[in-house]
Amino acid sequence: MTVTPAPDEAPEATRLRPRAEKGKAGPTEDAAPIMRRVKTRLTSRWATAAAVLLAVVWTIPTFGLFVSSFRPAAQQVGPRSDGWWNFFVDGNFTFKNYLDVTAAAGSQSPNLSQYFINSIAIVIPVTVFVLVLASMAAYIFAWGKFKGRDAMFIFVFALQIIPLQMSLIPLLQLFTQALQLPAGSYAQLWIAHTMFGLPLGIFLLHNFISEIPGEVIEAARVDGAGHSTIFWRIILPLSVPALASLAIFQFLWVWNDLLVALVFSGGTADVAPITQRLAEISGTRGARDYLNPAAAFVSIIVPLAVFFGLQRFFVRGLLAGGLKG
Amino acid sequence: MEFIGGKLLQVVIALAAFAAIIGLIMLLVDKAPKSARDKATVIGFLAPAAILMLVGLVYPALQTSFIAFTDAKGQPNGVENFVWMFTQPEALVTLRNTVVWTVLVPLLSTVFGLAYAVFIDKARGEKILKALVFMPMAISFVGAGIIWKLVYDYRGPGIEQTGVLNALRVAMGMEPKQFLLDAPENTVFLIIVMVWIQTGFAMVVLSAAIKGVPVELVEAARLDGANPWQQFRNVTIPGIRGALVVVLTTITIATLKVFDIVRTMTAGNYDTSVVANEMYTQAFRAGEPGRGAALAVVLFLMVLPIVVYNARVLRQQREIR
Repeated sequence: MTVTPAPDEAPEATRLRPRAEKGKAGPTEDAAPIMRRVKTRLTSRWATAAAVLLAVVWTIPTFGLFVSSFRPAAQQVGPRSDGWWNFFVDGNFTFKNYLDVTAAAGSQSPNLSQYFINSIAIVIPVTVFVLVLASMAAYIFAWGKFKGRDAMFIFVFALQIIPLQMSLIPLLQLFTQALQLPAGSYAQLWIAHTMFGLPLGIFLLHNFISEIPGEVIEAARVDGAGHSTIFWRIILPLSVPALASLAIFQFLWVWNDLLVALVFSGGTADVAPITQRLAEISGTRGARDYLNPAAAFVSIIVPLAVFFGLQRFFVRGLLAGGLKG
Repeated sequence: MEFIGGKLLQVVIALAAFAAIIGLIMLLVDKAPKSARDKATVIGFLAPAAILMLVGLVYPALQTSFIAFTDAKGQPNGVENFVWMFTQPEALVTLRNTVVWTVLVPLLSTVFGLAYAVFIDKARGEKILKALVFMPMAISFVGAGIIWKLVYDYRGPGIEQTGVLNALRVAMGMEPKQFLLDAPENTVFLIIVMVWIQTGFAMVVLSAAIKGVPVELVEAARLDGANPWQQFRNVTIPGIRGALVVVLTTITIATLKVFDIVRTMTAGNYDTSVVANEMYTQAFRAGEPGRGAALAVVLFLMVLPIVVYNARVLRQQREIR
């Protein structure tokens, strides 16, 4: 990782500043001229080359899957199958895999759109629950004052190691027997996913929230702000990049989850997410393996959209001006 | 479209109920008498998460710990499961593999993720470049399994290869290789899959942290004549130290728990098994919940060094503040 000295910086300040910074008061405005002078483009040739190389190596495997998703079944599996790169030679292109995946409404099963809606109905509340509850806990662990705070935080952080598989059965018994939560509703899935998401959420946010300069919080306290005001007006706005990263990952984990869904959805089409349906489509014994690439790309669309949508919250300099050197 | 309406309603009700609970907590915290306000805040902010984690994680973990001392019929059998674990012939290989995984995956993922985040920071097309490395995280597990099958696939010499790597080997005049069968390097080829996935995580978190480094500091270093490497070494790295610890820790724990990659690609055969995979196999395939639970307990114990390290980092942070 050698970064050679930068040549003089070209005035590349054409990039628009992220929208999320608009409306932020004073501090970020002050940073603007500085930011504009900071180089906005890679200046080192080696760094560029390394980044491009990494991007290519990381993308080729997925690209192979993408190409495969447009190849006829016979080319993908079985004795006459060949490497996906032959697509560019034989040119056998088909859209049938995608049609089969999305439109294949079986006799008893509704089509994919219903599962799609289920996935969204599961993932949105869970992401909101985890973000709010984890940031509240993280704030208290970082800035609250009570005995045993750090020991408790370490304990919460260690909970991450508990394997999901081991928690599922006791939890299912608890939900259906002790709590009498209705089977075939989203409630079980929401609660289970939120429980599993909290330790990592608290851990990620704690790091960020504890690095907010103490003077900022102290100043608010002197002005008479209570904990809840500080939390909503100062902590959360300043933690936007960390919240955005956690939101992306939480969304992703729940969206791609199959295990929790299988245990708590009761297998009904009423609440089963898209992953469950895609697993059914391709079959357990690989009978329709050739549909897997198309299925994988159908289900990746939403997470990618969320990733792009949340990018604008990855903003620079939220804390600019908050530091006194 | 009736079904959508009903589902939407459920979601709206859930969100409204949640908002009401949180609103109530905030109200109670603010209205608490001054003397008890700090205490009320701690309880109000912490209780919802604490209750959920106690029920969803602590209680099952305790139950698992009890099961670890029982046999397949649920009868107590002392430490027999642990004796079995360390006396079975593959035990050492499984442990060795787990150690190799937990050393290599966090290290490589973080190095690649950090380098990439730094290189593309402020680059034109940053979003697209990020998305390319993020994609492996976003792809479902089934997808990842097929993707790497397309890379590692093996066919006998003389037959046309379907795996990218073997096609390259043959094109260069080498014999095709059974990437997933030949121990011990097959473990490395499985580890590559995990690194491929986790680099996206490291990159996203570290990139957010890099953007949190005060621009004044970077600018000051630059004006003082620091070259990009010095700026990186002396300003960026100290500025994101907390995030680095978080990323390394999170990936280490995720790696300790990894079993689905091993499960789908080799099922733990050919000397590739890891502790988490054994746990799954014993608990859900072999009908030995006691042994599975005992392996889970070993996983709890393996995370202890990381817990101790984080406790130390936390204490240092508090002292600085």
